[in-house]
Amino acid sequence: MEKLKKDHQLTLSVSPHVRSEETTSRIMWSVSASLLPATVMGAYFFGPKAVLNVALCIIASILSEFLYQKGTDRKITVNDGSAFLTGLLLGLNLPPTVPFYIPIVGSVVAVVITKQLFGGLGYNVFNPALIGRAFLLISFPKLMTIWAEPTAAFIKLDAKTTATPLGILKEEGVAKLLEMFGDNSNLYLQLLSGHRAGSIGETSAIALLLGAAFLFYRGYITWHIPVSFLGTAGLMAWAFGAKGAFFAGDPIVHLLSGGMLLGAFFMATDYVTCPSVKAGQILFGAGCGFLTMLIRLKGGYPEGVMFAILIMNCFSPLIDRGFKTKVFGAKKEVKK
Amino acid sequence: MALATFKGGIHPPDKKELSKGKEITPARSPKRVVIPLSQHIGAPCKLAVSIGQEVKRGEVVGTPEGFVSSPVHSSVSGKVVAIADFPVATGRLVPSVVIENSGTDEWTALKDNSDYMNLSPDELKTKVKDAGIVGMGGAAFPAHVKLSPPKEKPIDVVIINGAECEPYLTADYRLMIERPKDIIEGLKVLMKIIGVNKGFIGIENNKPDAIEIMKNAVSGEQNIQVCALEVKYPQGAEKMLIKACADREVPPRALPMDVGVVVQNIGTAIAVYEAARYGKPLVERVVTVTGEGIKEPRNLLVKIGTLVSELIEDCGGYSSEAAKVISGGPMMGFAVYSTETPVTKGTSGVLVLPESEAFHLDEFGPCIRCGRCIDACPMGLIPSMLSVYSEKGFYEDAKAYNLFDCFECGSCTFVCPSKRPIVQFVRLAKTMVKP
Repeated sequence: MEKLKKDHQLTLSVSPHVRSEETTSRIMWSVSASLLPATVMGAYFFGPKAVLNVALCIIASILSEFLYQKGTDRKITVNDGSAFLTGLLLGLNLPPTVPFYIPIVGSVVAVVITKQLFGGLGYNVFNPALIGRAFLLISFPKLMTIWAEPTAAFIKLDAKTTATPLGILKEEGVAKLLEMFGDNSNLYLQLLSGHRAGSIGETSAIALLLGAAFLFYRGYITWHIPVSFLGTAGLMAWAFGAKGAFFAGDPIVHLLSGGMLLGAFFMATDYVTCPSVKAGQILFGAGCGFLTMLIRLKGGYPEGVMFAILIMNCFSPLIDRGFKTKVFGAKKEVKK
Repeated sequence: MALATFKGGIHPPDKKELSKGKEITPARSPKRVVIPLSQHIGAPCKLAVSIGQEVKRGEVVGTPEGFVSSPVHSSVSGKVVAIADFPVATGRLVPSVVIENSGTDEWTALKDNSDYMNLSPDELKTKVKDAGIVGMGGAAFPAHVKLSPPKEKPIDVVIINGAECEPYLTADYRLMIERPKDIIEGLKVLMKIIGVNKGFIGIENNKPDAIEIMKNAVSGEQNIQVCALEVKYPQGAEKMLIKACADREVPPRALPMDVGVVVQNIGTAIAVYEAARYGKPLVERVVTVTGEGIKEPRNLLVKIGTLVSELIEDCGGYSSEAAKVISGGPMMGFAVYSTETPVTKGTSGVLVLPESEAFHLDEFGPCIRCGRCIDACPMGLIPSMLSVYSEKGFYEDAKAYNLFDCFECGSCTFVCPSKRPIVQFVRLAKTMVKP
């Protein structure tokens, strides 16, 4: 018996004495990794300027979290990956060619105002990246709606600007959209690959689905929010998407364009700001889908994902109150 | 076919391979034993011996006080040398009788009555009570109390708990492999005492050999059924076991008897058999001594009152990485601050974890509301809210989130990515509000 432990050297702690290997930072970094395909596609289509903007968002997010925590004498938690993820998500939600101060302002709003002032990770009511983006859209409406044409950007930095598919759909109707893309199948193909104008990380459906598949595989997200979100939105697009006739809309165009996939798989599923009980998540997702389509079809903006999720974020605590789990053995939900 | 189980639960690494192949062997006879006068839930015993008194093995050293209590017996023959407070697994100091072992193992009169099945239920119950039998899975609730349900709560099912869902532990597994017939006999005695004709033996499916052996052992028995259960912690929790075996849900705050069920553990069943047949009191039990921090993990037949330190020595001592000694399993066991603590009737294992496995509760993060604990909770609670409310001192709000339905299995805490000590927050809140 070499090194026989004396009693006073024993570790004391409360049960359970074993823990799973999952950690908050592993989740944050994994979700960030799942966005890699979308980021790569964004870089491919929109060029160095887009990469720079995403990088600026990440750096500004981490830096503002660090400085806030340093300044308020709090524990520095930038290593947990949540500030990185917030920055990345904000970056992917920006138009590719915004000037450099836009990512910085957005990141500060996202991390300091939306997250830290509400109590830090776990206590924010709203999705930080989306508040950051909403703030920018309202404060810099012009800059935030300049959309670069894809691919050209790689060669020349002053890319031509164009409209997003949703913008065209809103202003000029579906016929114009088809005219631009040739036919339906080519339209779908371009939407899948991401060869269209839009925010940096939202355009490539394939890349986003790849990342989402990784999250499902790792168990980081479940079907409840994405399916109810996309299902409701698809249903509404089909029922009310066409002018003059019910059930003649094209749900696929709506699901593949704008920030729908990025929102449904990566933003609405944010643990902190969505309900935590599964039944409530279905209602939450359905609400997101409904509001998205309401804004897209009837609102002033061509795109509604961001506001839809933010509005539903407000309801998360309420939904969690209403949808409690059934206690084992209880006849029905215990009313208190 | 889908295996019987419950909703929720977790899959911790089971680590049973360390000791599952080790036959039960008697532990080295200790020089002295420390017999706590309270080894059960309920009133402590009254001291029945005095210093200097010679006692035989099986002699009563503490008599029960009240109905929910259970006598304690000497596990060795020898001389009472001290009566002093000793820490039990929970860390609480309990008045204990210290007996120096003469080494002769001289028993009080035991009588083999092979006709024990013809005794009346009341006679059998008296034998169980006098033998000091308590639930040996850990909770140590006096067995005879469970066997005395009030008239308005008729019992129709007895379940023997062979789930052994705690990682590492293999004591019940070895008993099922080595003494299947005795378990069945014990179950039959229990069924006779309560007057029921439906018995289940629930075993997790990670012990296929035990399931096979037990199935063979009950082949002639019409009334007894072996249930293979899904491997999932806490499958062996009373309510989860009842759900899986008998498909009945014990309502919140109710007892198994409220749905007509009595559950006893594998070790308890054997103790019941030995009490019924030989009048043998509960003076020894099987303890799994295991973990990466112990040199030779073993399943030992241990005299109650043997100190944990002696068991560790018996198993070759610590390996160099030993860091934490736990009485019981890793999910619900207690880390002990002193190995000079005796094995009691409820000690199912002594687990020595190395530095790498022993989780140190130094830092934890904020709840990120990921909901993993909600999915893991076998009781359908919302542990995240319990932990946050308790952390902030809102104990009444925690109560409204069904605080008192938590039986502290630790599943939530196991899965929490922020490493929050959720169970400990629950324990804190439970002490701060009235149920």
